[in-house]
Amino acid sequence: MPMPYYVSPEQMMQDKAEYAKKGIGKGRSIIAMEYADGVVLTADNPSASLHKVSEIYDCIAFAGAGKYSEFENLRKAGIRHADLKGFMYSREDVTGRSLANGYSQSLGTIFSQEMKPLEVEILVVQVGINSHPNEIYRISFDGSIIDEKNFAVIGGKSEAVQTVLKDKSTSPAPSLKTAVNLCVSALEQTANQKLPPEGLEVAVLERSRTGRKFRRLAVADVQQLLSS
Amino acid sequence: MKLPFLPNHDESSFFDFVSKHHPGLALGSHGVTSSGQPAFEHARSSGALTVPQATTVLAIKYQQGVVIAGDRRATEGFQIADRRIEKVFRIDALSAMAIAGAAGPCIEMAKLFQTELEHYEKLEGMPLSCEGKANKLGQMVKANLPMVFQGLVVMPLYVGYDEKRAEGRIFKYDITGGRYEESEYHAIGSGGKDARNTMREYFQKNLSEPDALKLALTALYNAADDDVGTGGPDLVRGIYPTAKCVTAQGITDMSDDKVRAVYDGLLAVRRSKET
Repeated sequence: MPMPYYVSPEQMMQDKAEYAKKGIGKGRSIIAMEYADGVVLTADNPSASLHKVSEIYDCIAFAGAGKYSEFENLRKAGIRHADLKGFMYSREDVTGRSLANGYSQSLGTIFSQEMKPLEVEILVVQVGINSHPNEIYRISFDGSIIDEKNFAVIGGKSEAVQTVLKDKSTSPAPSLKTAVNLCVSALEQTANQKLPPEGLEVAVLERSRTGRKFRRLAVADVQQLLSS
Repeated sequence: MKLPFLPNHDESSFFDFVSKHHPGLALGSHGVTSSGQPAFEHARSSGALTVPQATTVLAIKYQQGVVIAGDRRATEGFQIADRRIEKVFRIDALSAMAIAGAAGPCIEMAKLFQTELEHYEKLEGMPLSCEGKANKLGQMVKANLPMVFQGLVVMPLYVGYDEKRAEGRIFKYDITGGRYEESEYHAIGSGGKDARNTMREYFQKNLSEPDALKLALTALYNAADDDVGTGGPDLVRGIYPTAKCVTAQGITDMSDDKVRAVYDGLLAVRRSKET
């Protein structure tokens, strides 16, 4: 059996990270932003049927950037995790933190043990009810997990979008209209093009809804929010 | 690719997922170890168990959809096990189910079915069709067959609003999971036959919602009159049968006040016959 060439672990991790980052950077960005009555998720997504933003559980939403097949797999596993927990215990025992931990463990293990890392970056968002704060977790391809405040950006030129939003974020959470306008202008600025309402995927976790709080906004709703 | 630390499964069915990966949570797992073997041999051979039994539930089609209702009594042998049991469940935005049989497994099946439909909707991005939901419930009833030999029968009555056909639909089942559609009304449980007799007498096509509710509650009253397992309105404690309306607008609970008002009228008529 031929001996494999020696590659230092450091070099190997670096190569994997570069590979994953390249894949994620190719796509378009997604923003999660807290607003007065919940959290809004805005994605630059020209497809009306292949979603980047979706529902996980009563108060929890998911957003994935990078390779579709890979984050879709993660999304489904997350729904299974949440539904199983809710069925086994109770609906209120399903938390975003536990789900984010599961994702982090999974991505971390794959990153260190598999040849090819997953080319994904994901968001787990939970709207806070009963005066609990909202939770936004950003989880990277290597399993690193960051607890974000006010807003979070994944995919595409995420750092550029972040810089744009940093100066504009206000401390009492904005209204839905202001938040969506802020997100869309930041996406347009970094993409260097005008984004039509049909090319946007917008969904909210609305605190005031009973039961399942996730709701997709129709193109007409988005149009109305963007018209000043 | 398999994801470590997260539940992996290939299909969109929650029921199949728990049956395969968490058999202790699935139907028909009573007295069975996780390896699928009976925990004790006598658990299989001691015959029928005495457990709380839920009885009489019914459904009636009307102009806008279906009304589904049930009494509140659970019996255990000759004892009342529960006076306030809830046998009619909202399953999703457009369907509801009522149960008769062993109360514990019945409620478990309703909960599993609720999770099943929500799980499918989230994974696939769209809800199942009315027919698809009814078929899935049939498979769940079928999976419970081993428990039937222990006396743990679960008998659902399923109603849904079919958006494609723009009408309410009623499905009944047998213990093997056989699924049959009813075109007008149906009742199951120990007082089911008595309730069906009443409905046969007074059912009309295109009833209004108040008339359908009145017929449902009358049928339950007559069933309670003739069947020991079925509870009538409990005027002392203020416990009344529950009813839900399934229409294109969703599931509406009939409030206790509305149900009480119907019974007040009904009882006044009955009382006047006695004098």
